[in-house]
Amino acid sequence: MWIIDLPPFVPFFIGALILLFTRGILRSAIMVAIPIVSAIHLWMVPEGVYLQFAFLEYQLTPYRVDKLSLLFAYVFHIAALIGIIFSLHLRDTLQQVAAMLYSGSALGAVFAGDLLTLFIFWELLAVTSVFLILARRTQRAYDAAMRYLIIQVLSGVILLAGALFYASEHNSLAFGYIGLDSIAGWLIFIAFGIKCAFPFAHNWLTDAYPEATVTGTVFLSAFTTKIAVYALARAYPGAEILVYIGAAMTCFPIFFAVIENDLRRVLAYSLINQVGFMVVGIGIGTALAINGAIAHAFNDVIFKGLLFMSMGAVLHMTGRINGSDLGGLYKTMPKTTILCIVGAASISAFPLLSGFVSKSMVMSAALEEGFDWIWLMLLFASAGVFHHAGIKIPYFAFFAHDSGIRASDPPNNMVLAMAIAAALCIAIGIYPQALYSLLPYDTGYNPYDATHVLAQAQLLFFSALAFVWLNLKGLYPPELRSTVLDVDWLYRRAVPSGLQKVFRVIWQADRALRDAFTLKLDICLRYFSGKSDRLSALLSQNHPSGSMAMWVAVVLASFLFLSFIQ
Amino acid sequence: MKDDKKHLFDDPKNIKRLLNIFYLCCALLVILDFVIHRHTMHKWDSLWAFYPIYGFVGCVVLVVVAKWMRTFLMRPEDYYDKYSTANDNSDTINKNALTNNDLHKKGAHHVDY
Repeated sequence: MWIIDLPPFVPFFIGALILLFTRGILRSAIMVAIPIVSAIHLWMVPEGVYLQFAFLEYQLTPYRVDKLSLLFAYVFHIAALIGIIFSLHLRDTLQQVAAMLYSGSALGAVFAGDLLTLFIFWELLAVTSVFLILARRTQRAYDAAMRYLIIQVLSGVILLAGALFYASEHNSLAFGYIGLDSIAGWLIFIAFGIKCAFPFAHNWLTDAYPEATVTGTVFLSAFTTKIAVYALARAYPGAEILVYIGAAMTCFPIFFAVIENDLRRVLAYSLINQVGFMVVGIGIGTALAINGAIAHAFNDVIFKGLLFMSMGAVLHMTGRINGSDLGGLYKTMPKTTILCIVGAASISAFPLLSGFVSKSMVMSAALEEGFDWIWLMLLFASAGVFHHAGIKIPYFAFFAHDSGIRASDPPNNMVLAMAIAAALCIAIGIYPQALYSLLPYDTGYNPYDATHVLAQAQLLFFSALAFVWLNLKGLYPPELRSTVLDVDWLYRRAVPSGLQKVFRVIWQADRALRDAFTLKLDICLRYFSGKSDRLSALLSQNHPSGSMAMWVAVVLASFLFLSFIQ
Repeated sequence: MKDDKKHLFDDPKNIKRLLNIFYLCCALLVILDFVIHRHTMHKWDSLWAFYPIYGFVGCVVLVVVAKWMRTFLMRPEDYYDKYSTANDNSDTINKNALTNNDLHKKGAHHVDY
């Protein structure tokens, strides 16, 4: 049946086209219908390869379905639906079309069975998502969007280079296990790493996501990094270097998150922290670890989306997002407060919520495989994520000191979207078997044994106790209006000002050289004009006619000379 | 537009109550350590009250280090805005808009005049 063969990105791309020609209720209905219809369609598709053709001696597979890609496709449909409901109140064609194309590109990348198709969707992800940042329509957003675009396209170019190396080495473009034993392997690894926000390549995320629109950030947080996680899980499972990279990713962002003022930037740092858990899981590479990494990616899309939505709602209703400007909003935004707390508790991995059932798999796998120190780092990161995302976000936005802002709860569509996400967080937490049945491996893992629950509860409650104690003692760093330097300082400040110094020297040398030359030229010209002036004066007293007579004489003399040559 | 309605945490008594419940939970969790036998997987987490101490100390260290990081990483809010492309006039050949100081900073290149 041909309808089965239709890759899921097609309805999204066609939908984006239809959005251009529709308005109002009709447009909203189409936007909501597309992910639902596409998800139902996908539910009926069995595993297999559905689309394949030869291109320049290479076999291309734009549509390949297996358990790994299906799981990501399901969560992308959920994320797209939630994001679309969250943005139903918008009257902005640019954002709505861009979001639809962006979701479609993510689905295209997930089902790509060869590196060339992956590259095309990889770049489409970059190009479509940048409009969600540009749509903020401020100078800051524009600058951030350009930096974002450059880095994302760079990642794509490296991927293409890697794919070409891979093709020449293996005579195939098939996208499967790649491994780190060749140049192609490393190039593709770096390309994935940039999109995955590896340390030192992470700054595009914390730079651009907080500058995107209220609704755009919700889409952004769902797709780009998870595609990278998916790609790593397919191409580099069990690469030990990923364990160390991932552990670094879980730990360093939490320090920045504690001192960052912009609450959406705090969430961006905690996004890196969560992706770190996934990367560690992929690096460990056992069935349990891979399951944990993928399940955590699934849950993270939902609870991180919920957190970004709740902060988006705050920004939408108050126009402010800095922790130093907010506080006391629970009084007038009770629904948002409760939904935000559900998301915060989920990301902190409280038992009975979604984060717990997936993060504990990665931690258990780390201990089983003897990564003791890594396990300690992950444990520290778990405590830290509760500290900054679990407590700091709700506390500074909705409680803390009363900022005097009396904003009401956001429009119903926003509340509905957050409620769906919160319901999913709770449902997966209570009944994880539903999620586990979708995972690629069957490990019979059960998160709810007394040891795990008690240990996690102790860890979290005493992290909270640390927060309470520090706050009561006045030791907790207050929210300050500030910019916190990160690696982006290198390319936003150090390199430009360094270049400026270099160019300053070059321009000065250039000027001196030019000045000296024009001076010499000037002297020469003056000498000759002085000569010609004296000659003209001999021919006539009147300056113009004398000069003319002289030049006519010169021309005639030249003619005479040329005729001699002939 | 101050509202006169009393909210849950406007009353310090409620905050006190909440904190007391919280302390009680913490104490209870430590006591549970004696009641429930944790089947531990590693020598570290078989130590008494490993998770509570690790969680508490970890978070205090996190905050102290983060606070210390502020001393050398914090800059004013408009730190990067000064270098935004909006202020960079060199491409628009609007030389009059550039002050002498700006010109000097850029090495005073004068290609067109």
